[in-house]
Amino acid sequence: MANLISGAEILFKVLEEQGVKHIFGYPGGAVLPIYDELKNHKSIKHILVRHEQGAGHAAEGYARSTGKPGVMLVTSGPGATNAVTALTDAYMDSVPLICITGQVPTHLIGTDAFQECDTTGITRPCTKHNWLVKDVNKLSLILHKAFEVATTGRPGPVLIDIPKDIQFKKGKYIKPKELKKNNKPNNIKLNGQDNTNIEKAVELIKKSSKPILYTGGGVINSGPKATELLRQLVALTGFPITSTLQGLGAFPGNDNKFLGMLGMHGTYEANNAMHDCDLMINIGARFDDRITGKIDEFSPKSKKIHIDIDPSSINKNVNVDLAIIGDVKLVLEKIISSIIEKYPNFSESSKQEIYSWWKTIENWRKKKSLGFLNSNDVIKPQYAIQRLYELTKAQDTYITTEVGQHQMWAAQHYKFDKPNRWMTSGGLGTMGYGLPAAIGVQIAHPDKLVIDIAGEASVLMTMQEMSTAVQYKLPIKIFILNNQYMGMVRQWQELLHEKNYSESYTAALPDFVKLAEAYGCVGIRANKPEELDKKIGEMLSINRPVIFDCVVDKIENCYPMIPSGKAHNQMLLGDQDEENKISEEGKVLV
Amino acid sequence: MIKSAYSFSTKKEKIENHIIVVWVDNESGALARVIGLFSGRGYNIDSLAVAEVDKKKNISRITISTSGTLHVLQQIKLQLGKLVPVHKVADFPKNKKTLLRELALLKVVSSKVKLEKAKKLCKKYNYSILDKTEKSFVLEVSALKKDIDELVKKLQPLGLVSTSRTGVVAMTKGPEIYKQS
Repeated sequence: MANLISGAEILFKVLEEQGVKHIFGYPGGAVLPIYDELKNHKSIKHILVRHEQGAGHAAEGYARSTGKPGVMLVTSGPGATNAVTALTDAYMDSVPLICITGQVPTHLIGTDAFQECDTTGITRPCTKHNWLVKDVNKLSLILHKAFEVATTGRPGPVLIDIPKDIQFKKGKYIKPKELKKNNKPNNIKLNGQDNTNIEKAVELIKKSSKPILYTGGGVINSGPKATELLRQLVALTGFPITSTLQGLGAFPGNDNKFLGMLGMHGTYEANNAMHDCDLMINIGARFDDRITGKIDEFSPKSKKIHIDIDPSSINKNVNVDLAIIGDVKLVLEKIISSIIEKYPNFSESSKQEIYSWWKTIENWRKKKSLGFLNSNDVIKPQYAIQRLYELTKAQDTYITTEVGQHQMWAAQHYKFDKPNRWMTSGGLGTMGYGLPAAIGVQIAHPDKLVIDIAGEASVLMTMQEMSTAVQYKLPIKIFILNNQYMGMVRQWQELLHEKNYSESYTAALPDFVKLAEAYGCVGIRANKPEELDKKIGEMLSINRPVIFDCVVDKIENCYPMIPSGKAHNQMLLGDQDEENKISEEGKVLV
Repeated sequence: MIKSAYSFSTKKEKIENHIIVVWVDNESGALARVIGLFSGRGYNIDSLAVAEVDKKKNISRITISTSGTLHVLQQIKLQLGKLVPVHKVADFPKNKKTLLRELALLKVVSSKVKLEKAKKLCKKYNYSILDKTEKSFVLEVSALKKDIDELVKKLQPLGLVSTSRTGVVAMTKGPEIYKQS
């Protein structure tokens, strides 16, 4: 008879085999056997959060900053339902996440037992796959499979629901024949058919005189090699490059070839280049509606190449001329070697070919669309981010954000030059993501500077996780741009709803400095522009968690902006821009 | 219809009806994943037929009659292909190469005269009578969907009281079977 071990032991054995070092979780009745087993597995550290949503976002931050899957462990019922937001967030942003939930014992399933819910039913649309384990002998294979599903192809969250009796029950640990390595998130190989597509892509690249590289989170998910190759491709071709929110950091933000972020709050040059280009090369992005603007008028004159690991991303929102299904790093490798082989003088000839295109772009750049009117009396939020960037750029800094204006200002004004340094909730737009994500990042990188650029409304949604940061002595910095409004809601109400600021002002906010102290961390407040540098310096010198209350202009708007119902070349550049007013029909859109 | 933030799609595309066949692991939740994908993404299901077809390999075959633009139909296939328990997805063309059948059980309760009339009506279809009393019969018809629609319509005035239909199932003609490309 083979060695029989309990379901809980099997779980830890799999986690150890998969190289898991940290799990984020919260105990409860239906996972107690797993928590009991924890003490026997010293290589795995459990991080106790204050709310299951926090566990999920922390695991996401961990995953995004390392490229390894994040693991969370929660109980049945409310534990599972609280995890749903984080799972959906991870699903939208392609983050590999392993969620282990407890379930009521098998014989009670379906009886509306205490803390029972249909976890696999609820999470079916927000995971890549989920399993309800009914046989302890299948547990090990299911768990290994779960890691494989989460980390291969387009990464995403998976959930394994384990009833309490299965956790107790003794069973066989079965090792799968082939263990997929965690650090290889993408294993789809290029097949022969795609090779001809590579040739076609190279021909399109060769012919183009107004090209643009439109890169996304897929480059970062493909791993550091993909980032390297992207930089090589830009060096080889001299093509201008723009990035989605999730792709920031794949290419250096302060490089001259980089046009800044594109999309709704992207730069004038990036969006106009997207609109006027004759060749668009989408690398690991998905033509999201925040990117395309009005779809009928999206980049009307261009040929479009789309490189994506997920076949269902092709032609979903925008029809493309050439699709290459595959892992970004494999595809880029082939494209680069094919260019070098076929056109040894490509760099030189390309330079001439796209010379006037760059001239046009330089003219757009002159608009300085990220500019803003600074003030001596009140801290402008853009200025705060700029100062934060200047004072932290010498260090290897990890930035997380919440969702709203501050997030867009961070994306516009903080320049990233490495991948995996920027963790933000893009697809789902989850307020409350940044603080727990920062915890996950700091756990993975204990010696690095981790800052959550936050808004005061967002951060209150998961503020309880400061208690987690204090418990594990995680010196995260919560940099709150406090304008007392849900700023993005306020901005839309100003532009689209005749300044009816319905419920977007928070009339009672906590004193964030005192709140920091109540949690046992440090609170700092900056009110005036002239004290900002000194206060940021103070924050950076403290090796403990800090809440920084940066009191900013209450009514500053985030520009540039593509208003609803408009195309890329119809951007609003500022409050004074009357040219591109929002139409009546534009107002009904989100 | 507003599909995303900015798309007032002004283009009117043709809606087509297709038969999508999906081979899935016969496990709990597999069907829910397939139909959840349809409802979650706003695709149509006109009819659905599902049963295990390979006991040894534990495979079920799901036949879905769906309608949408070519673009939507393409998305349906690609999204289905991503589901973990799905082995392959086929789009059966609605042409001479495809056999389509639906089975219906129809209960007619009526007078003798009307019952006779009803039986006559059925002659044109491939039918058999499964149960018979003085006042009623239950008949089985296997035909194309439109033929059953027609028959049902005709039987209604003759005392049709209950209709049970399987939804369409499909198979390609000739020796070939569908292989995943």
